[in-house]
Amino acid sequence: MGSPVSVLDRARGLAASVTDPEMPMLTLEDLGVLRDVEVDGARVVVTITPTYSGCPAMATMRDDLVHRLHDHGFDDVAVKVSLDPAWSSDWITERGRQALADHGLSAPGPAPSLEGPVALTLIPRRRSLACPRCGSSEVELTSEFGPTACKALYRCTSCLEPFEHVKEI
Amino acid sequence: MVEEVDHESVYDGLLGGDDSQWAFGTDFEDPLAGVDTTLPDGVEGRALALYCIMLADDALVMSQRLSEWCSNAPDLEEDIALANIALDLLGQSRLLLARAAAADPSLVPALPEGSPIPAEDALAYFRSDREFRNVRLVEGPNGDFGQTIARLLLFSTWRLALFEKLAASRDKVLSAVAVKGVKEMTYHRDYAGRWFLTLARGTDESRRRVVGGLTEIWPLRAELFATHEVESLVAESTVGVDPATVADEVDVLLEQVFSLSGVERPDVAPLAGVRGETGRDGLHTEAHSRLLAELQVVARAHPMGQW
Ligand SMILES: [Zn+2]
Repeated sequence: MGSPVSVLDRARGLAASVTDPEMPMLTLEDLGVLRDVEVDGARVVVTITPTYSGCPAMATMRDDLVHRLHDHGFDDVAVKVSLDPAWSSDWITERGRQALADHGLSAPGPAPSLEGPVALTLIPRRRSLACPRCGSSEVELTSEFGPTACKALYRCTSCLEPFEHVKEI
Repeated sequence: MVEEVDHESVYDGLLGGDDSQWAFGTDFEDPLAGVDTTLPDGVEGRALALYCIMLADDALVMSQRLSEWCSNAPDLEEDIALANIALDLLGQSRLLLARAAAADPSLVPALPEGSPIPAEDALAYFRSDREFRNVRLVEGPNGDFGQTIARLLLFSTWRLALFEKLAASRDKVLSAVAVKGVKEMTYHRDYAGRWFLTLARGTDESRRRVVGGLTEIWPLRAELFATHEVESLVAESTVGVDPATVADEVDVLLEQVFSLSGVERPDVAPLAGVRGETGRDGLHTEAHSRLLAELQVVARAHPMGQW
């Protein structure tokens, strides 16, 4: 399969092309879930970090990584989990943010700081968002919880369309 | 070109022959695959495992109760919110049970030879009520939405305070679970606090219900801050947190919510244990057994099951 460097590049490229099962416009690389790809002899070791503790897509992500690499001649694939550091929405790449916007989803702002005690916020935080459809900043929060663990629900009061916002975490 | 589809199978019809984007049929996967589960120096495996089981059971039982709201909440958004919170807690529980099993495999219930059920599932589905170590706050019925919010406010304020301290644990897995959990539970606590305020300052009826709910669960508050022997042990070896050390902080936070809501702290006596035993000792109320029956019945009927 050529020199060791090109084998590693090939494995990396394949792992980086696998998409998120729930947001297929994002690759695992763009989502920031793909942390590392190593080649050790014939074995490929891929390291991923879960977005949320209970993310039900993790098993599918692992299967998809294994399948994609198998299909391209890598028979021995191991997928490892890395819990530290914890995933942050700041890890979503610029390309990922653009892909979200292109598909009508609003990308997260900067994640809250982990320094000091966590503040209780009884008034919903105001995010400065633009409606992904019409661009209006006249939007309102419907719910901090959405169809998947990583999203909040919003409504645009200009074009009246609902949209999803990927949460800061 | 039209892809060949086997019309005999509903699934093939849906998939067009490509099952790579579908979540069913995935085998069990170790949630701690590749994570270093070596015990930190000076920590006894059994104490660490029991402590992980305590924190896991709090989350598992609370998650089970919250998920009962699915399709029953006042509106669709609350259905989704409570299910999301339940899912976060279930995820925390799974990691903690897996960590417990790695720290002391002898605590994992024995299953028939060749059973594919992983250790964390064996712990969740094949232990009896006496082996569950959750605080009794989480096991009672939900009551109405007001009572559910009152319990979630107390639970998430307490657990978030514990996890902020647990982030400094010398056990790398516990520390990672705590750091992640803090991020998640920040949303849970805000959700409960905002609804508490909304209900308390809403109509006479909504206020009556949330205050009534708070009074109903308040006798179970004291147990949250009572230090169990296992918690002392893990706190001494700086892998765990003595819950008594977060009592003041939790009180201050709750007082903020109560004063904005115009609600007095309930003046009711704590629920006593039985012969000095409470939830952390495996002593539970009748509601816990009924909850476990529903949680465990399918898994127990299929100890060789593959999901
Ligand atoms: Zn709009």
